[in-house]
Amino acid sequence: MEQHDIVIIGGGPAGLAAAIAARDEGAEDILIVERDHQLGGILNQCIHNGFGLHTFKEELTGPEYAQRFIDKVKEADIPCLLNTIVVDICHGNENESGTKIVTVMNKEQGMIQICAKAVILAMGCRERPRGALNIPGYRPAGIYSAGTAQHYVNIEGKMPGKEVVILGSGDIGLIMARRMTLEGAKVKVVAELMPYSGGLRRNIVQCLDDYGIPLKLSTTVIDIQGKERVEGVTLAKVDGRGKPIPGTEEQIPCDTLLLSVGLIPENELSSQAGVEMNPITNGPKVNESLETSVKGVFACGNVLHVHDLVDYVSQEAGMAGKQAARYVQKECESKNADRDISVVKEEQLRIQQNNMIIELKAEQGVRYTVPSIIHIDRMEDTQVVRFRVGGVYANAKIAVYAGETKMMELKKRIMAPGEMEQIQLKKDKLQELVEQNILTNQITIKVEE
Amino acid sequence: MENIEKVELTCINCPLGCALTVSKDAASGELIVTGNTCPRGADYARKEVTDPRRIVTSTVRVEGGTLPVVSVKTERDIPKGLIFEVMKAINSIQVNAPVHIGDVILADVCQTGVAVIATKNVCAYPERT
Repeated sequence: MEQHDIVIIGGGPAGLAAAIAARDEGAEDILIVERDHQLGGILNQCIHNGFGLHTFKEELTGPEYAQRFIDKVKEADIPCLLNTIVVDICHGNENESGTKIVTVMNKEQGMIQICAKAVILAMGCRERPRGALNIPGYRPAGIYSAGTAQHYVNIEGKMPGKEVVILGSGDIGLIMARRMTLEGAKVKVVAELMPYSGGLRRNIVQCLDDYGIPLKLSTTVIDIQGKERVEGVTLAKVDGRGKPIPGTEEQIPCDTLLLSVGLIPENELSSQAGVEMNPITNGPKVNESLETSVKGVFACGNVLHVHDLVDYVSQEAGMAGKQAARYVQKECESKNADRDISVVKEEQLRIQQNNMIIELKAEQGVRYTVPSIIHIDRMEDTQVVRFRVGGVYANAKIAVYAGETKMMELKKRIMAPGEMEQIQLKKDKLQELVEQNILTNQITIKVEE
Repeated sequence: MENIEKVELTCINCPLGCALTVSKDAASGELIVTGNTCPRGADYARKEVTDPRRIVTSTVRVEGGTLPVVSVKTERDIPKGLIFEVMKAINSIQVNAPVHIGDVILADVCQTGVAVIATKNVCAYPERT
């Protein structure tokens, strides 16, 4: 069986950054598996600019940002298996404890199995489809997820329609409103169910305001007309619970409806591998090393939780790559060492005692945290904790508690669900709090107004 | 700005998204920005009403490449009012593969002095499969 130290599933921004970081940390034997015919993932179709402001201090387009990482992967001579889909991840046999078997499939080799010491999940996410929305009506042509339309326009050079209504004001929907307008389509309206947009502020200004495209908040599509092809949609205002308000209906003729109604991490493989999931993010639960509940399986990027900036994906994936490389090194060391059982047991006990496990709890406005568990002995000097809030908060604070004691707070002029937040926990500070018996097993993060 | 008394904008410098109002001082003709919470907001508002500029990104047809189109951008920002003219120029041309990131696709688009450059590598491929 083909063997590799680290197998990375997905060659998008997360997979590429993880591969480079793992190599930098000393991992020799890495394989990237990518289902497309090229590396770069979704960045290939994100031809707009605004990527890399944090990473490269310049504004790049998606393909340019991707190419910088692709070049590094090529320079590092990291092998990539393109046009290859992963169909299963499972545990290796008992003689090879800790190893994983990754089953992949492609045209040339058929179905093959690859043995891996560590696996990095970097499969990204996919769009929530129409079927998840319960909009009644026929199934006419002309209904696309915003990302599908983006693929048609930017990769295939084809226009999906001329008169467009967009449901959902996520970033892809906003970007596509501008893109379709530039290519000569008439984007009539962007309707958003929530009373606020899920997209970044600058996208609302530069994609809608610049082109006079109206954004209707607290509005949804309640009917789609047309049997063969979309002929129009009916919009209606919704109340506080998302229920359409009778009498507010408005019929809009159009031939295309784009849906930008949320992204779902693509975790079928993770679930098959027995990875424990977080029901809020729909991604794996991870610890400080971005390691999932299955030892040696790491996760990063949009498969872990949906990001709004690729720069943070690259940072996060870098951490996963580094930790996977360290994991492989440690596994090798412990296997090669020919040690007395009692010594091993004693060592395990010592590790257990030092190994304080802190659970991170999201409360009061904070929807989730990544990571959700921190082993203090294993954490870096500074641990980044990323999360999203559940509503719009002006002049509020992010408060962090160790037990009942407030350990830090961060003033925020504005927080919204569309923009990911982060805090940094310092290792020495946590150790200090543990010694003082203030921090026992839980850190709570919440919004205070 | 000559004929406009008051312009309302949303600042894009940070997630705060301040609601900015730009007005002209009747006596001095100076632009007055209100609603901003930092100097960057005032700079942004003045630029937006005097000389708004944008980077335009799009795609250009490729002949003989592994992909049918290549993504492009204006190398620098161009006047906002010229966006659709620039789009027309971009849509009127096609290039031959191979194309590399940074290749100049249009040297001086719409007499702006700004080049349109490729943002993706597209290899030559005689028969696209």
